[in-house]
Amino acid sequence: MSEVLVLVDHVDGKVRKPTYELLTIAGRLGEPSAVFIGGAEAADGVVEAVKKYGAEKVYVVDDAEIKGYLVAPKAEVLQQLAEKLGDSGPAAILIPSSAEGKEIAGRLAIKLSSGLITDAVDVQAGDGGPVTTQSVFAGNYTVQAKVTAGTPIITVKPNSAAPEESEGAGAKEEFAATISDSAKKAKIIASQPRAASGRPELTEAAIVVSGGRGTGGKFEPVEDFADSLGAAVGASRAAVDSGWKPHAFQVGQTGKVVSPQLYVANGISGAIQHRAGMQTSKTIVAVNKDEEAPIFELVDFGVVGDLHTVLPAATEEITKRKG
Amino acid sequence: MNIVVCVKYVPDATADRHFESDNTVDRVGVPGLLSELDEYAVEQALQLKEKAEGEEVEVTALTVGPDEASDAIKKALQMGADKGIHVVDDAIAGSDSLATSQVLAAAIEKIGDVDLVVCGMASTDASMSVVPAMLAERLDLPQVTLGSVIERQGKEFRIKRDGDTSTEVIGATAPLVLSVTDQSGEARYPSFKGIMAAKKKPLESWSLEDIGVDAGKVGLDAAWTAVEGTEERPPRTQGEVVTDEDGSGAKALVEFLASKKFI
Ligand SMILES: Cc1cc2nc3c(=O)[nH]c(=O)nc-3n(C[C@H](O)[C@H](O)[C@H](O)COP(=O)(O)OP(=O)(O)OC[C@H]3O[C@@H](n4cnc5c(N)ncnc54)[C@H](O)[C@@H]3O)c2cc1C
Ligand SMILES: Nc1ncnc2c1ncn2[C@@H]1O[C@H](COP(=O)(O)O)[C@@H](O)[C@H]1O
Repeated sequence: MSEVLVLVDHVDGKVRKPTYELLTIAGRLGEPSAVFIGGAEAADGVVEAVKKYGAEKVYVVDDAEIKGYLVAPKAEVLQQLAEKLGDSGPAAILIPSSAEGKEIAGRLAIKLSSGLITDAVDVQAGDGGPVTTQSVFAGNYTVQAKVTAGTPIITVKPNSAAPEESEGAGAKEEFAATISDSAKKAKIIASQPRAASGRPELTEAAIVVSGGRGTGGKFEPVEDFADSLGAAVGASRAAVDSGWKPHAFQVGQTGKVVSPQLYVANGISGAIQHRAGMQTSKTIVAVNKDEEAPIFELVDFGVVGDLHTVLPAATEEITKRKG
Repeated sequence: MNIVVCVKYVPDATADRHFESDNTVDRVGVPGLLSELDEYAVEQALQLKEKAEGEEVEVTALTVGPDEASDAIKKALQMGADKGIHVVDDAIAGSDSLATSQVLAAAIEKIGDVDLVVCGMASTDASMSVVPAMLAERLDLPQVTLGSVIERQGKEFRIKRDGDTSTEVIGATAPLVLSVTDQSGEARYPSFKGIMAAKKKPLESWSLEDIGVDAGKVGLDAAWTAVEGTEERPPRTQGEVVTDEDGSGAKALVEFLASKKFI
C-alpha cells in the first residue's frame, strides 16, 4: 500500500484534533504517514500521539531553520518528502484546511504539478484515487470531485471524519529538507499566540453558540449559555467589527465556516455572509426579538424574544437539569 | 511604483448561483460583479497610491474571465484604478486555480516591472484562497498574504495577519504578492466624477496568445481536478418558532434541546 502523507496540525508540539481526523481519512486511502514540522524536542510526544490514530511512519522535520518564515518553506518540505518517495507514492497528501494549510497546498500543487482540492468535508477511496465532497455556494450545493493529475493534494476541513483509534507502528524518521533562499523572503517578525479561552475550538466544537449585534456588546448571556452546553462561542461580523470579540470568533464567509451538531444564533439577523459559515450545521436554533429576521427561515427551533432574558433563564434551567 | 490588483468577476452571491450541465459554475446566466472581497484589494492599492507622496504610482486592475468580466475592471477603474487589463479567451473557460494562476502570472510578467501584486483574500464563488499563494510561487516573489493592516516604508512592507492560533506581523521587501482581508478597511464607493473619469481610462483586452500561454494548458479539459457530480442541498425548512411570554421561550428552548439530546 502507498503512503498517504498527513501534515500534522499542532501548536508548539501539541497535536490538534484535525490531525487525528486526517489520519483516519488517510487510513481509508493507504498507509498513513504523519509529517511533523516542528521543534525536535516535541517529536517523541507527537509520535506517541499520532501512532494511536494509525500513523505507520512519522517524518520529523526540525523547524529551527524555517520557523521564522511564512508558508513557503513548509511547501518545500512536503515537496522534497513526496519526491523522495518516488514513483510509488505518496497516494495522496492531506493538509488541514486552515488559511495556512490551503496556502501550503496551493504552492505544493504547483511544485508537484498536481491537482488540488480545498475544503473537503469528506474523502473516500474511489477507483481512480480519492473522491472528495465539498460544500459550495454558501452550503447550497455539495460537489464530488477528484484529482486527475499528479499526486492528489487535498485540504480537509475540521470535523470531516470521526477520529478512529487504531495502533500504528509510529516509526520515527528524521527528514532533513533543504530550504531555498527564495522560500525565506517573507519573514514572521512578531507572533502573538491567541489566549486560550478554555472553551472548545470554534471549528471543532459539537455545539456553537454565537452572538451578534443584538447582544449590544453584552456577551455574558451568550457565554454562560454556551458554557452550560459545553459549547464554543462564535460571533457575527457586526459583533467583531464593534470590537466585542476578536476576529478569530467570526463565523461566516470571511470568518470560520462551522458545521456543528447544534448552532445557536443569538441576536443575529442571518445575512447571507453569516449563513455561509453556519448553514450546514445539523440543527439550527435562533433567539431574536424580530420575528421577521431571516435567520428564522433556517431554524429547526426559534424563539422570538429578548436574548437578555431568554438566555439567562435557559441557562438556569439547563444547569438545574444537569444538577 | 507599479501596482497590479487582481480582481475577479463572480456570480452575485445574492442571485441564484448554480452549475452548468458540465459541472462548471454558470458565469454568464447569473448576474455578476466585481467580487466584494476584491474591492478591499482595490481600496488598499488606492490607499498605497494616495499615501505615496511625490512618487509616481500606477494601479492596474487585472482580471481573467469571460467577456462580462470587463465589468469588474470597470468598477475598479471607477473606484480609482488607472488602467485595466482583461485576459479573455474561449480556451480559459472552466479553468481551475492552477490554470488561473498561470494566466494571471503570465499577464503580470507581460505587464512587467511590477512592484506589488494585490489580491483579495478569496474569491466569493470558489473561495479557495489559494491564488495569491500560487502567484507568489509562480512569480518567485515573497508571499505576504491575508493582511488586515498594511504598512509600507519604501520597499519594505509589513502586514498584520490574524492566523488560526496566533496573530502575526509579516514583513518582506517588494516586489511581492500581497493579499488583504475584509478587515483591512471599508472599500470606497465610486464617485460621480470617478464614474465619468473611468470611461476615458485605458482598458486592454489580451488573448492567451498575447501573454504566451498555451491554450491546451488551461480550461476545463486541462484541469487537474474533475468534478464528478453536483447536488443541490435541499433548502432548510423552518421548524417551530415560539414567541417568548413570561419565560415560556426559555422553557420551550430547553425542552427542544433536551428532546434532541443536547442536554
Ligand atoms: C464581504 C463581506 C463579508 C462578510 N462576512 C461576514 C461573515 O463572515 N460573518 C458575518 O456574520 N457577517 C459577515 N458580513 C456581514 C453581514 O452582511 C451582516 O452585516 C452581519 O452578519 C450582521 O450581523 P448581525 O446579524 O449580528 O447584525 P444585524 O444584522 O444588525 O442583526 C442584529 C439582530 O439582532 C436582533 N436583536 C437586537 N436586539 C436583540 C435582543 N435584545 N434580543 C434578541 N435579538 C436582538 C435584531 O432583531 C437583528 O435581527 C460580511 C459582509 C460583507 C460585505
Ligand atoms: N480569474 C481571476 N482574475 C483575477 N484575479 C483573480 C482571479 N481568480 C482569483 N483572483 C485573485 O485571487 C484572489 C483569491 O482567489 P481564490 O484563490 O480563487 O479564492 C482573489 O481575491 C483575486 O484577487
